[in-house]
Amino acid sequence: MYKNFFRYLISAIFLLGFSVNSNADFKVGFVYVGPTGDHGWTFQHHEGRNAVEAAGIKTTFVESVPEGADAERVIRQLAQSGHDLIFTTSFGYMDPTNKVAKDFPNVKFEHATGYKREHSNVSTYSARFYEGRTLLGHIAGKMTKTNTIGYIASFPIPEVIRGINAMTLAAQKVNPNIKTKIVWVFTWYDPGKEAEAAQALIDQGADVIMQHTDSTAPVQTAEKAGVWSFGQASDMQRFAPKSILTSIIDDWAPYYVERAIAARDGTWKQQDTWHGLKEGMVAMGPYNSAMGADLVKEVEQLQKDLASGKVHSFTGPIYDQKGNILVAEGKVADDGMLAGMSVYVKGVEGDIPK
Amino acid sequence: MSLDISFIGILIGSIMASSVPLILAASGELIAERSGVLNLGVEGMMIIGAISGFALMVITDNLFIAIVGSMLSGVIISLIFGFLTQSLLTNHVATGLALTIFGIGLSAMLGKNFVGIPGKEFPILFSSLKESIPFFGPILFGHSIVLYFAFALPFLTNYFLKKTKLGLVVRAVGDSPVSASNQGINVILVRYCCILYGGAMCGLAGAYLSLIYTPQWIENMTAGRGWIALALVVFATWSPIKVLIGALIFGGITILQLHMQAIGFRIPVQFLSALPYLMTIIVLVVISRDSRKIKLNTPTSLGRIFYKEK
Repeated sequence: MYKNFFRYLISAIFLLGFSVNSNADFKVGFVYVGPTGDHGWTFQHHEGRNAVEAAGIKTTFVESVPEGADAERVIRQLAQSGHDLIFTTSFGYMDPTNKVAKDFPNVKFEHATGYKREHSNVSTYSARFYEGRTLLGHIAGKMTKTNTIGYIASFPIPEVIRGINAMTLAAQKVNPNIKTKIVWVFTWYDPGKEAEAAQALIDQGADVIMQHTDSTAPVQTAEKAGVWSFGQASDMQRFAPKSILTSIIDDWAPYYVERAIAARDGTWKQQDTWHGLKEGMVAMGPYNSAMGADLVKEVEQLQKDLASGKVHSFTGPIYDQKGNILVAEGKVADDGMLAGMSVYVKGVEGDIPK
Repeated sequence: MSLDISFIGILIGSIMASSVPLILAASGELIAERSGVLNLGVEGMMIIGAISGFALMVITDNLFIAIVGSMLSGVIISLIFGFLTQSLLTNHVATGLALTIFGIGLSAMLGKNFVGIPGKEFPILFSSLKESIPFFGPILFGHSIVLYFAFALPFLTNYFLKKTKLGLVVRAVGDSPVSASNQGINVILVRYCCILYGGAMCGLAGAYLSLIYTPQWIENMTAGRGWIALALVVFATWSPIKVLIGALIFGGITILQLHMQAIGFRIPVQFLSALPYLMTIIVLVVISRDSRKIKLNTPTSLGRIFYKEK
């Protein structure tokens, strides 16, 4: 908390400096929830910002901004200091973004992973990470010897639950005996705790580990224990060269560049974007040769089919844990259902924390 | 779940590994507090130790230099605290808080270029014995040298405080700096030494995280362990052995609750997450009920500013 305050203070001072020499130049602002050095979520957004900068557009960013009252102040400050387009890159910035957007109708706002577009100058965008999870599930189902997949989960929000379900469904398809063991750590970011959770899952018989948290600790623990793992948010291969089978990579750069150029040229329009493998917002890291050529080929085909829409991650019949039907046979889950997903599918063990 | 004896051995081994940073930081802070100095900068000193150790490992490729360097960096940053509180007579609480904020900010700045670099494997001792002996193998063997040191430290600290003359001096300074000073003890010097020692141990605790436990540098990777170490010292009523017990309970329940989740116990996860904090406090309060001992162990002048009238 103090760290954030400290950073915010410094950033605010910098921003004040910027506002003094603000001119007619087009400028894009970014608000990050974590440090740019987290090597996960914020790191990838920052890469996107670098791409915008490389496209010749001026940018500024404020990192480690807590979700809440501070966020509104930072966003307002950015709007006041002559930024024309502002990316707010965390779910918790949803209300502050809309609030500030109301007062600055000439500034355009882009909010990541949210669903509120209360004013015509607010767009939302997110990535279909669950498509990546489907690929991981397929690989995990084939690679496991103990039929146990360990999953380190952060917070019980639809985003995380969707990932668990997508992975489990895909794993079940190739291996009906699969069990998914889940440990909730209630943090996005605590390497020590993530490592302990990974170790607990390994001790409980999981021989494939995946995580919906931000640090590289789980893959390192897997490497040490000699079990399989997957990178999350960015390519983590060099942290666990033997253990990592592939990584899900968030690639915001093309979207950020496209939207920044649109805003500069006056063609920006409000929209809700949910891009996946098809558009490249979700990308996969290199596949580990330990998977064997056949499996790599299989997964690459599945990746193509997911991208083309031939295969959908949530294709019926899908049942919840009690056996009630969620998606009928032959149907696929619509985006509304995916966005609000709050139950486990059949085959996942345990309850979702309330 | 296989509840066989060798599994329990592995479990105890990983509990021990997770308690190490708490034991180191709390033992260091305990000495500082017994000398009457309340240093709330533990978290800051740990994170500085973590980044210094990791950076030195990357630069020199030598783990010994990295470990020693992390301790030195803890000493240097605690020197700032010592200078402010002992020489300039600033308030301990405010200065310690500032040290933590400063440490976290500084480490983030220093660490910019070290993000995303994989760490080096730290040598473990007797790894062959670990595999070959069931139950006792994973408990006693296959750990890093720092772990063995951490588990010896509370006993050494206890011996130092109770049986040595220097330990007596430290306690005297913490209980009544005025009387100690009248006896010819240089109170400020003793407190400086205790602060610097605390800094070294916190630096080592941080380096354990960034070099051994999760070999990498990530901003804010100590994630509040410094505050837990501080709380341990108080709840253990300034007894080194109870600090060890408290750290093991905390580490133990943290890991057990993860196992319980993985097994699928139908207990609310939030309750399980709160359990380590709850149990550690309860156990330490229960084993420290003896009010006579509390009085004996509590440094009476903790956090008070001392200056010698000239």
